[in-house]
Amino acid sequence: MKLIPCPLNGLRNAEEFVCGGEVQPEPDASQLSAADWAQHVFHRDNRAGLVREWWLHVPSGYWFIAERDTLSDRFLRSYPASELFAKRTPVGPAEPGDR
Amino acid sequence: MNRLPEPFGCLIDRSRPVRFRFDGLAYTGLAGDSIASALAANGVRVLSSSFKHRRPRGIYSAAGHEAGVLVQVNQEPSVAADERAIAEGMTVSRHHKGGRWIERFDRFLPVGFYYRAFFRPAFGWRLWEPIIRRRVGHGRVDPGFAGGEHDKLHLHADVAVVGGGPAGLAAALAAAETGAEVVLLHRRPRLGGGLLWGRPDAAGQHGGDLAAQLGAAVLAEPRIRILTAATVTGCFADRWLSAVQGARLIKLRARALVLASGQREQPAVFRNNDLPGVMLGSAAQRLIRLHGVKPGRRAVVATANDAGYGVALDLEEAGVELAGILDLRPGHPPGDLRQAAAHRGLPILQGRAPVAAEGRDAVQAVLHAGLDEAGGERGRLAADLLCLSVGGTPAAELAVQAGATLAYDPDVAGFRLTGLPEGVFAAGAVDRRFTAQAAEADGKAAGREAARAAGFVPQPMHRPTATAATPNHPFPIFPHPEGKDYVDFDHDVTVADVANALTDGFEHIELLKRYTTLAMGPSQGRLSALNAARLLARARNLPVAAVGAPNPRPPFGEECFGHLAGRGHHPVRRSALHPAHQARGAKFMPAGLWLRPAYYGSDAEVAVRAEVMAVHHDVGLIDVSTLGGFDIRGPDAPEFVERFHTGSFRKLAPGRCRYGLVCDVAGSLIDDGMVCRLAPEHFYVTATTGAADGIYRSMLWWQAQWRLDVDITNLTSALAGISVAGPKARDLLAPLTRDLDVSAAGLPFVGIREGHIADIPVRALRTGFVGEVAFELHVPAGMALALWEMLLTAGERLGVRPFGVEAQRILRLQKGHIIIGQDTDANTTPAEAGLALAVAMAKPYFVGRRALEIRAGQPLERRLVGFTLADPLAAPPSECHLVVRQGDIVGRVTSVAHSPVLNQTIGLAYVAPDQAEPGIAFTIKVRAGRLLNAVVTKPPFYDPAGARQA
Repeated sequence: MKLIPCPLNGLRNAEEFVCGGEVQPEPDASQLSAADWAQHVFHRDNRAGLVREWWLHVPSGYWFIAERDTLSDRFLRSYPASELFAKRTPVGPAEPGDR
Repeated sequence: MNRLPEPFGCLIDRSRPVRFRFDGLAYTGLAGDSIASALAANGVRVLSSSFKHRRPRGIYSAAGHEAGVLVQVNQEPSVAADERAIAEGMTVSRHHKGGRWIERFDRFLPVGFYYRAFFRPAFGWRLWEPIIRRRVGHGRVDPGFAGGEHDKLHLHADVAVVGGGPAGLAAALAAAETGAEVVLLHRRPRLGGGLLWGRPDAAGQHGGDLAAQLGAAVLAEPRIRILTAATVTGCFADRWLSAVQGARLIKLRARALVLASGQREQPAVFRNNDLPGVMLGSAAQRLIRLHGVKPGRRAVVATANDAGYGVALDLEEAGVELAGILDLRPGHPPGDLRQAAAHRGLPILQGRAPVAAEGRDAVQAVLHAGLDEAGGERGRLAADLLCLSVGGTPAAELAVQAGATLAYDPDVAGFRLTGLPEGVFAAGAVDRRFTAQAAEADGKAAGREAARAAGFVPQPMHRPTATAATPNHPFPIFPHPEGKDYVDFDHDVTVADVANALTDGFEHIELLKRYTTLAMGPSQGRLSALNAARLLARARNLPVAAVGAPNPRPPFGEECFGHLAGRGHHPVRRSALHPAHQARGAKFMPAGLWLRPAYYGSDAEVAVRAEVMAVHHDVGLIDVSTLGGFDIRGPDAPEFVERFHTGSFRKLAPGRCRYGLVCDVAGSLIDDGMVCRLAPEHFYVTATTGAADGIYRSMLWWQAQWRLDVDITNLTSALAGISVAGPKARDLLAPLTRDLDVSAAGLPFVGIREGHIADIPVRALRTGFVGEVAFELHVPAGMALALWEMLLTAGERLGVRPFGVEAQRILRLQKGHIIIGQDTDANTTPAEAGLALAVAMAKPYFVGRRALEIRAGQPLERRLVGFTLADPLAAPPSECHLVVRQGDIVGRVTSVAHSPVLNQTIGLAYVAPDQAEPGIAFTIKVRAGRLLNAVVTKPPFYDPAGARQA
């Protein structure tokens, strides 16, 4: 069984993790055609080589990002999601007067 | 008896006879014997019939490397007779008896025969398959086999050492000296490896002294954990080993790994090279030294190295007459052992090779010929034993699984290990350090390197150089025009079969393997891969290095299903109320990972009906602890809930709940639950039992990207839940609370309050799932049992009754509430499920919004509707029965039940969009193709105005 480097918990057995698929930040939906949205939802590159993936350490509920070489199945680097998603994402105007 | 006196037989205990049966006859062996050695001591040479040609087979490696020693032991098939120790009363039998007539037709049974002969006509295979299946296979599975006790052991080590020979023992010691925690795994019952049976020098100085010395040192070292009789069956990513030890499967993670698995002697190929009595030189030595068994009376040794002379000397010492030593090498090769053999006057025939063995059930004579162009004249030596010492191959299965490559090296006329991955080291004979001294020194160096890789600081040390001389003959293959020259013993693959495969175009080693099934048998090519590569290379006129070796796959050695299953743990989650349910005779059902009461009592129909009626007329209690519960807190809590759920919650007042839906990015329904606002910045969100874990993961995943100022806490296990439902629910709760106003005005429908019931802190939700007045009480799990008992006691005068999931399903169906996953599938949109009102498309964003927008522009394909039967007395359909229209499938029944209070069958089904109006009749195809008429009926079926749950 593989060992996966978790930025929070260190090297742990692969069976403690769930892969969340390629990191693919959500595009601005209002700018996308139906076909482009379907592309975003259903299609993945499935690249042979370096990929950037979401991984969840299940016991601690911790999502992080790992860079993995799919040819050698080696984890090259893993880091907290905040490295890629640093700021609060605005997703459309807030309704005025609420909150 | 062929039993030798002491000092032969270091493993056996002559004072402890062991009686067993083989093929119906009684035999006696000694403690420490394998099945095969005990039978050999009794003069039994034939252990099995071969897989295809039904040829007699006996001991070949005496080390568990071939299918020919597989026997049935009691109810257990495919047991290696040369590995399994005999036990008192054991019943051993051969897998097949008779059928040898087929061997006469072997020329009509080339490789691929079954594929080519039986695949046409198409119905033919059904005729042939049972006949063929009866004839093949390794043993019989007994369907009545009760199984045994198996378990699993998880171990961690700084350094794991595989192999307990001189290299492995030295490696374990050297690694432990640096402070590393070491696990040493050895396949045999006693440490020592080749030291226990090999002949290291001419004087016959037994390696046992070194074995004893190293073994004692290892035993005395507290940092070494020794596992003997433990076969490492696989080496997986990041130095993760699986090993089988008796009935136990060991999983071992090591920081560094030393593979000291030794080398494995390889056979020569010639006519009848499979006859009982033909065996590897090492096999004869193992029988003599380990088990004190004389392997024959008159022997021929065929050798291509000095070690073969050690075999001859050992045989002579054991009282076996030497008919001749066939030395495949030309000239007068040097060697201490050869010199000793010559000195003792043993008959050496230089430059000669065995080209055929004679005999029907065992060897009677060996034909030999010269190896030069002319071949020289044939010779014939009468013998009942032929020992082969023509070379070896690294026992490198684990190294290859770890990522190393076996590359053919013409200089050594064999495979060499290259490209070991990080943290994996090879030592000893597996990497060409053959002598005991070289192996020990190599093990020491490898042990230190492994310790370094594991983070310790050893003294540096250089590896000894690999032995320059090779034990291998480059081509010990002597094809015979009449065949029976076996390359692979497991599946009876001959030289001609390999040639046929090439003619048929299967030229790659892996294609050759699949076509001929060579190296695909139980031994995975342990005795055939090298010779197959040589044959293939010669036929294709390529260097062997260009051909390579077929891939040996795990498991190495037997793993039975019991090993994989372990103790058969099926972990389930039990709610805090589980003991109370048991005490009341609950029948449990799985729900997600949980066990939930289906109903209470022995008669399902009676119990469910009584439970449903209790909720309608009095008051019922149901354990809803399995629901997911999440606290969402912080300034961005409203924003998070707005993004995650489809509905609109910004204007939800504190103290109120609202039904919430969750969609995925494709706009499909994945869950529903209650979204409750406890405070302006504090929401409590519930999820369904099966989806709770997934919803939590999904919440965390989105939050990892959104980075809202919010904190998400999973309270699923921390809180238990009891739903108090029925017209007398308020009567039950009111006397038990001081700070909760449970009146309709104080806690109205879809309200939430925090307070105490009988001093137990609760979150009380007024929900409507079962259609009567209901309070969902979410309480700390540790207090739930006390609350449950208190409610039952206090409610006795009101007719309180616990109810299970079955009753709840009927109650919710009466109200037309869907169950996600039962009434929906991976494509269901809120619109199809009739839940469009719970989707706030006016919101700028929520998960799945864009997809729902797109899907809203596409024609609706189906609608989920309520239905009743046209004939109320008709037998009800089952869930998943199809809704059909003019022969086409348009939908299916998702839920159906008989409502006791309405006294009719009600259900939910998908129908075509134009069939969705109430009153429209549609057709359900039920059992045996019969058609049933149903009528679309608008839910709720019961109390449509909701007056009873207010």
